[in-house]
Amino acid sequence: MSLFEKAAITGIGETAHGRGLQQGSALSLQMQASLAAIADAGLSPRDIDGVIPVATGVAVAEDFITNFGIPDLRFSATTPMGGASCVAAIQAAAAAVATGICRHVLLPIGRTGYSGTRIGARVHEMPQFRTIGEFELPLGNVAPAQIYAPMARRHMELYGTTSRQLAEIAVTTRRHAILNGNAGMTKPLTIEDHQNSRMIADPFRLFDCSLESDGGAAVVVSSAEAARDLRQPRVLVMGAAEGHPDSPSVITQRPDILRIGLAKAAPRAFAMAGVTPSDIQVAEIYDCFTYVVLRQLEEIGFCKPGEGGAFVEGGALGIGGRLPVNTHGGLLSQAHLAGMNHIVELVRQLRGQGGAAQVEGATLGLVTGYGDMGDGSIAIMRRG
Amino acid sequence: MSDSFTKPIPHPTPDTQPFWDGLARGEYLIQRCKECGKLRHYPRPVCDGCWSMAHEWVAASGSGTVHSWTVCHHPFHMGFKAQSPYTLLTVDLAEGVRAQGQLRGLPAEALRLGLPVALGYEREGEGPVLPIFRPAEET
Repeated sequence: MSLFEKAAITGIGETAHGRGLQQGSALSLQMQASLAAIADAGLSPRDIDGVIPVATGVAVAEDFITNFGIPDLRFSATTPMGGASCVAAIQAAAAAVATGICRHVLLPIGRTGYSGTRIGARVHEMPQFRTIGEFELPLGNVAPAQIYAPMARRHMELYGTTSRQLAEIAVTTRRHAILNGNAGMTKPLTIEDHQNSRMIADPFRLFDCSLESDGGAAVVVSSAEAARDLRQPRVLVMGAAEGHPDSPSVITQRPDILRIGLAKAAPRAFAMAGVTPSDIQVAEIYDCFTYVVLRQLEEIGFCKPGEGGAFVEGGALGIGGRLPVNTHGGLLSQAHLAGMNHIVELVRQLRGQGGAAQVEGATLGLVTGYGDMGDGSIAIMRRG
Repeated sequence: MSDSFTKPIPHPTPDTQPFWDGLARGEYLIQRCKECGKLRHYPRPVCDGCWSMAHEWVAASGSGTVHSWTVCHHPFHMGFKAQSPYTLLTVDLAEGVRAQGQLRGLPAEALRLGLPVALGYEREGEGPVLPIFRPAEET
């Protein structure tokens, strides 16, 4: 059996984004976003019978039973893949509702990455970073910017990809954040601003790197049947997949350090969905770093390996461009909510609720996740 | 001062202790499967080729070529602040596995893919012996 159109995203919710706007703990931000998503779907919190808390260590399934008074939670799981977790959870939730285990699965996240412990500084506390922690952290390979930079450097050396091409991604994403109206970064950014920003881990400059944010976001995944009776237009999950790179825990030992988990996941998701990359009208691409967007565009098949730099030039990723990407401002300029905000935005776009950032006529799009040194996840959706 | 070493230190397990013991005496050790001969790195319990747990350790020759690199400007850990910026190399060792280490004796601007480098060893204060790389001498 296939998960094709067995599940739908029925509710979306998020907190205000922007430094100093949020009040409360990571747990309360998560609850606030979850209640918003459940209300958006037209459900009661007691209707939630499945939950996949993103494995940030903030909330467990029990917290939702306790806070919402859920009488009979039938399904709980985690998909601990860092930034690939949220989109990977769509596949897990779709499997649960498709098989009748439950009907409405909540996918919540909340974090205080700005005011609390910085994410970039504590990755080595996670078990999936154990190998790097022992063998590379003592050498100075401390944070994700440093861990990923050699992939970007090799791409540049092999294919001639430039820092100005990476800047195109940051600049376009910032423009979208400003259109969004609910974003952490609100000042226009130019390619020159990017080129003048301080070097973090060569080739990554400050504006190649994503934000550290306080906030929350959540979505509800329901069975496609149950979704018919709910408040919002249905957004059906046509295809979903996760993929893990070879040598998943350490990039240094990966046979091809450019190859990421999405290379395995994307063909599966497209086959399930019965569409091709040329059918995609809007794409929310996980953007912890600009280069990671560029490389995922290649792995999905929007262009050939090595051609990502040319593909993103000339505002191609802008609204009205060849492939509108990260129409909400992404992790680079809206907020770092591990990509849950990417799912929220894709659903908003496909419902036609994108506001000033709406891609005209968009009814079919995709969202990706990327994390833990290259795990990948993807979901292809359509309004229907 | 023995308490002045502020960088992160490794926490070896019984599976990985021989690697660190090797570095301490100036050898970069790679695991080799005793059943099928496949090399594996970093150290781990099982051969992914034949699933044998029997292994031995072989010392790397020390020659390699540059696979990629990054120049670390922002110190994400205070222990590295004094030496920033520093360059981290990813190196293809001649044996066929990769190693990481800081670059010595060459400006980062001179790096290119495939540049021959030689493995060395360095110890700072009371810290562990760590691998470093220098440009290979002309032969």
